[in-house]
Amino acid sequence: MKKIKLYLEELSCPDCANKVEQVLNKTEGVKKADVHYTTSKANVEYDPDKINPDGLKKAVAKTGYQVEKTK
Amino acid sequence: MKKKLKIVMISGILIAIGWLSNLLNFDPLIFNTSMVAAAIVAGYQVAISAYNTLKMKVISINLLVTIAAVGAVIIGEYWEAAAVTFLFAFGSYLESRTVGKARDAIRDLMDLAPNLAAVIREGEEKEIAAEEVKVKEKVIVRPGEKIPVDGTVIKGKSEVNQAAITGESIPVSKETGDEVFSGTINKNGYLEIKTEKVGEDTTFGKIIELVEEAQEEKAPTQKLMERFSKYYTPGIILLSLISYFISGSVRLSLTLLVIGCPGALVISTPISIVAGIGNGAKNGILIKGGEYLEKSGEIDMVAFDKTGTLSKGEAEVDQIITYNNKSEAEVLRLAAIAEFNSEHHLARAIKKEAEKMLETEFNSPINFESQTGKGITAQIDDKEIMIGNSRLFNEQEIDIKPEIEEQKNSLEDQGKTVVVVAENKKIIAPISIADRPRENAYQIVEKLKNVGIKKVVMLTGDNERIAESVADELNLDGYKAELLPEDKVKAVEEYQREGYKVAMVGDGINDTPSLVTADIGIAMGAAGTDAAIDTADITLMADNLNKLPYAIGLSKAANRNIKQNVVFAVLVVFALLAGVLGQKVFLASGMLVHELSVLIVIFNAMRLLRYDTA
Repeated sequence: MKKIKLYLEELSCPDCANKVEQVLNKTEGVKKADVHYTTSKANVEYDPDKINPDGLKKAVAKTGYQVEKTK
Repeated sequence: MKKKLKIVMISGILIAIGWLSNLLNFDPLIFNTSMVAAAIVAGYQVAISAYNTLKMKVISINLLVTIAAVGAVIIGEYWEAAAVTFLFAFGSYLESRTVGKARDAIRDLMDLAPNLAAVIREGEEKEIAAEEVKVKEKVIVRPGEKIPVDGTVIKGKSEVNQAAITGESIPVSKETGDEVFSGTINKNGYLEIKTEKVGEDTTFGKIIELVEEAQEEKAPTQKLMERFSKYYTPGIILLSLISYFISGSVRLSLTLLVIGCPGALVISTPISIVAGIGNGAKNGILIKGGEYLEKSGEIDMVAFDKTGTLSKGEAEVDQIITYNNKSEAEVLRLAAIAEFNSEHHLARAIKKEAEKMLETEFNSPINFESQTGKGITAQIDDKEIMIGNSRLFNEQEIDIKPEIEEQKNSLEDQGKTVVVVAENKKIIAPISIADRPRENAYQIVEKLKNVGIKKVVMLTGDNERIAESVADELNLDGYKAELLPEDKVKAVEEYQREGYKVAMVGDGINDTPSLVTADIGIAMGAAGTDAAIDTADITLMADNLNKLPYAIGLSKAANRNIKQNVVFAVLVVFALLAGVLGQKVFLASGMLVHELSVLIVIFNAMRLLRYDTA
């Protein structure tokens, strides 16, 4: 398991954070995702054998938000 | 952001055209067309996003709004469709603008991070990115520049504004050997600094990281609200279906969907916490998370570990009582020269006071001699100076007059240490030295009472006499003296058993166990001590007691704010539900109330950004 911080473009509504969080949590290879509306950040625990940071970015992009940087 | 505004404006104009044509009795087709167009403009993005998330099997508020708008068009309620989508788009535009303001508190802080550093490499000055400086490298900081690293001054003297760290903008003077922090501003002198920490390892970097994480830490109330809304949304969707089958009213079912996402409730707690933590961070107060903000709002007792909090934690000259027509300045001058070579902490206090009062530096005396546990003797010009305790003078068979002896005893009863100065075997002055309470300590105790603290007590390792005199002087509600660290833990536990919510205030270095035991551990003057920041729930970066009532007052204000928001949001949820079921609220008005309630909650939280106690 690996952990990564995704810095998202500013989330515009509290529900948007929920949306991104649920989408990430349903993405294959993601063990746990926490998305924070107030900081527009996602803390993701993932299985590096199943998904890489690029895959996570793509999953986020499906919700209409871009990942600005990762850490 | 601009795109959002454009969408809102075009949609708004289309709605206005619709109503205007209605007013002028034009063909209803114009009204209907412009309303549908307005709904499409405002709702297009919403629908796209709803579709995308639905593909991931996630039901979002966007989906509910889309269904409501499309449904409204199908049943011929064109105005309702336009109103719902317009209000939704306008509301989320306003929300992101105001929330952005709350987030700015942290962004302002991050903007203080240094970008560039002038480093000496291979004998030459080079300008590089601040985080690329290496440990032990020499960095140059000119007047007006930001200090780019944590380190020690190796050359130069200057005033430094440490507001980025401590929240206090009164400059602090720095010279060779002093510690400086990244993010602080060099005001007027030239400094050369030996780098010790860089980038994220610096105190400033730690603050930013901590504040960011603190905002994500979910408070208990927030968890409760999230659990509630998790069940509320599917519940409302179900209710919408059931109500359709019972009443057959499509309009009612669609309206239920609009209010299906309790936005104000979800945002009520986190937005107050972001604002509260943001305000604290700007003032040099680090609050580790929403949980601690909520908890410290409930504190009703403050326990101080005296040293380093109520007092500065260093011995200082308290009083000089002169005899034989000597002036205070003369006594101080002689004492400072005599003690020049002594490293005893009482000697340091005397030398410091002399430098401060007389504003000169001193030279070494002749024939300096120190007698451990007694005092010193030294020759200055033609005078023989002795400084020490009773043992020194007994041994030298010098009489201390009963009058002086009495004064000495009374000072010692107040918990002070007294040394006596003699010139040519004649006593010229007793000097009392003490770790005095800070000048503002008395007012701080009062201020704490004003922000709702019932009891202020002191837990100290000092002896009974000192503790009693300090407790008396500061009008404390109680004290416990001669405590070891584990005794302080027991004392805190005892107060907790009596039913108090205890905040323990210490310097965060030797009182860690009691800080952890207390309901809230507060470390003070912690700039540069990572351990203190790690242990404490709340850290006051500045070595200033004033920040304590501020921190507690802010927490209490934040707690009230959260409660107001939650109560308001819950009321709105039930009022809306009742209004919809009672057929008083429909699509447009439902959305209006929903959006307004979210904005009200945000605006209420924003008041915390302006919280300030004078």
